[in-house]
Amino acid sequence: MMFALAEGTQVVLVIVGYLGLLVALGLASNHFFKGTSADYFVVSRSVGPFLLLMSIFGTTMTGFAMVGSTGKAYTTGVGVYGLMASWSGLIHSAVFFVVGIRLWALGKRYGYLTQCEFFRERFASPAVGYTLFPILVLLVIPYLLVGVISAGKFIQSTTASAFPQWFPLPGIPGPDGTLRPNPLSGGIPYWLGAAVVCLIVLCYVFYGGLRGAVWANTFQTLVFMAAGLVAFWLVAEKMGGLAEAGRRVAESTYGAPRLVREGLIGHGQFFSYFLVPLSVGMFPHLFQHWLTARSARSFRLTVVAHPIFIMLVWVPCILIGLWATAQLGPGANPNAVLGRMVNQLVHSPILTGIVAAGVLAAIMSSLDSQFMCLGTMFTQDIVVCLAGPDRFNDRQKILLARGFIVAIVTVTYLLSLGLKDTAHVFDLGVWCFSGFAALFPLVFAALYWRRATAAGVLAALAAATAVWLALFYRDIVAGANRPPGEDELLVFGLMPVVFICAASTLTLVVVSLLTRPPAPQIVERFFPPAGRNA
Amino acid sequence: MTPVPPPSRTTPGSRRVVIVLFLVLFVLHHDFWAWSDRRLVLGFLPVGLFYHALFSVAAGGLWALANHFAWPDALERWASEPVQEGSAARPAAAAARATPSAH
Repeated sequence: MMFALAEGTQVVLVIVGYLGLLVALGLASNHFFKGTSADYFVVSRSVGPFLLLMSIFGTTMTGFAMVGSTGKAYTTGVGVYGLMASWSGLIHSAVFFVVGIRLWALGKRYGYLTQCEFFRERFASPAVGYTLFPILVLLVIPYLLVGVISAGKFIQSTTASAFPQWFPLPGIPGPDGTLRPNPLSGGIPYWLGAAVVCLIVLCYVFYGGLRGAVWANTFQTLVFMAAGLVAFWLVAEKMGGLAEAGRRVAESTYGAPRLVREGLIGHGQFFSYFLVPLSVGMFPHLFQHWLTARSARSFRLTVVAHPIFIMLVWVPCILIGLWATAQLGPGANPNAVLGRMVNQLVHSPILTGIVAAGVLAAIMSSLDSQFMCLGTMFTQDIVVCLAGPDRFNDRQKILLARGFIVAIVTVTYLLSLGLKDTAHVFDLGVWCFSGFAALFPLVFAALYWRRATAAGVLAALAAATAVWLALFYRDIVAGANRPPGEDELLVFGLMPVVFICAASTLTLVVVSLLTRPPAPQIVERFFPPAGRNA
Repeated sequence: MTPVPPPSRTTPGSRRVVIVLFLVLFVLHHDFWAWSDRRLVLGFLPVGLFYHALFSVAAGGLWALANHFAWPDALERWASEPVQEGSAARPAAAAARATPSAH
């Protein structure tokens, strides 16, 4: 028992060390703070290629990149990589190149800080800004909740049995009526783990602003990439080497079918998944990171390295998930596959702690940017927009943003306490991506189609919302008895995002063409003069 | 002294080549020929996973080409050009940023 306690304590110490480094980094970033709102919100538009790559990659990759990919490969096989990772590599970089650089240029030229500011002025319509604001906020909040809930639950399961005297849990009745020990007993309880994660993210975002988030993301990205590779190497070694691990999967009745896509992923689903990564074009937190770039050239490293980084993180995790089919057999909880493989095969509390730090890094590197962007949006798009641009000075704007960030972190934490056991909260996260992807035609039209009108944008928002709600109802509400996370909803064999994107695109085009063209003097300022290769 | 930017390699033709390469890669993503191929490359890597790992590297290569031959050079210069005071080409956000803060 003493040995078990000592192992758990070592895991906790590694996690505490990692979290301590994050706080130190956040506080250090505060020393470089210039005191202006532009510095707090967009790091004075001074971020170079390396930090831009690491912060954008860290923000884009969530905890799913490590835990979810391993679990999904265990259940659905290797096709998950083509479905989610290689599509993302191609499409994310395309969006950074085609949309991100252009938005950065407009942000630098006109001083934008939020998406709503850009859309409001591009379409000369406050209504567009006010309609887009709640949609973006409502799509980010479930995404935030998934992050906080994942972190809290992950800490509890990873530290199980570390503190049996402090956090005992009652036994669970078995099928025969007898009480069995709770596997989470002695672990740091959810309320405490989630609170610690929220407080640490709050600490470095509150003091350091987006600079704190950029620095922390860079560190977190290095941690989760290294953790995945270390876990892969040691698990492979313990399975008898790469070839032996492959042979065991090929001979396993549960594993062999997962070497291919036949019967597990449909052709329509595989193809139509390309629309989901378009969501990055409308993530408000990514928009804010794009604005931090020192120059357009800062994007060059990001667009090239992003697909390769995705491969470096995903391929090891997919292989661990595949090997788990032979090692664990059927019936394991997909979200626990990575942890179980590491614990069963490596028996090293230090490695368990490093992998745990890696998972937390992946989760927190998205959380910080989301908290930061919501604080910026409430300050800029609501308070400053309603009160007028001259009402507040820089110091007051930073104070407002900090107040909003504290409020958002508190509300998210309290909501997560109430919703942590709601079965479908993770499915909700997947629907958020479809919602953001459905907004992609709006940003693309705003940047490349002079004829797009405010009425077209408002109608497209309404159409996308209506189709999203109808399909969401069919999947989540009407399908409430379906086990969570089981088989994604497909319509005619295609991802629902196809129909939501089609609705928003068609409505945008038709209504724009039917309404009066926007005034040329408004449109022209958003397009570089003719003849330039932009 | 203002540094002279290097001459641009981007031409309408080179940009079209990058777009065609993107479309080729987009189509090649759907590797129906490996859908039920259970072979292991190097004894451990399923063919489908190996192919898509290479696809990711190729995507990085495509964007490296795009950086050289389809880069929007002029966009950066346009972004840094001053916006005329008081003209219609000066959105409200830019005007607000130019207002001296009171602190």
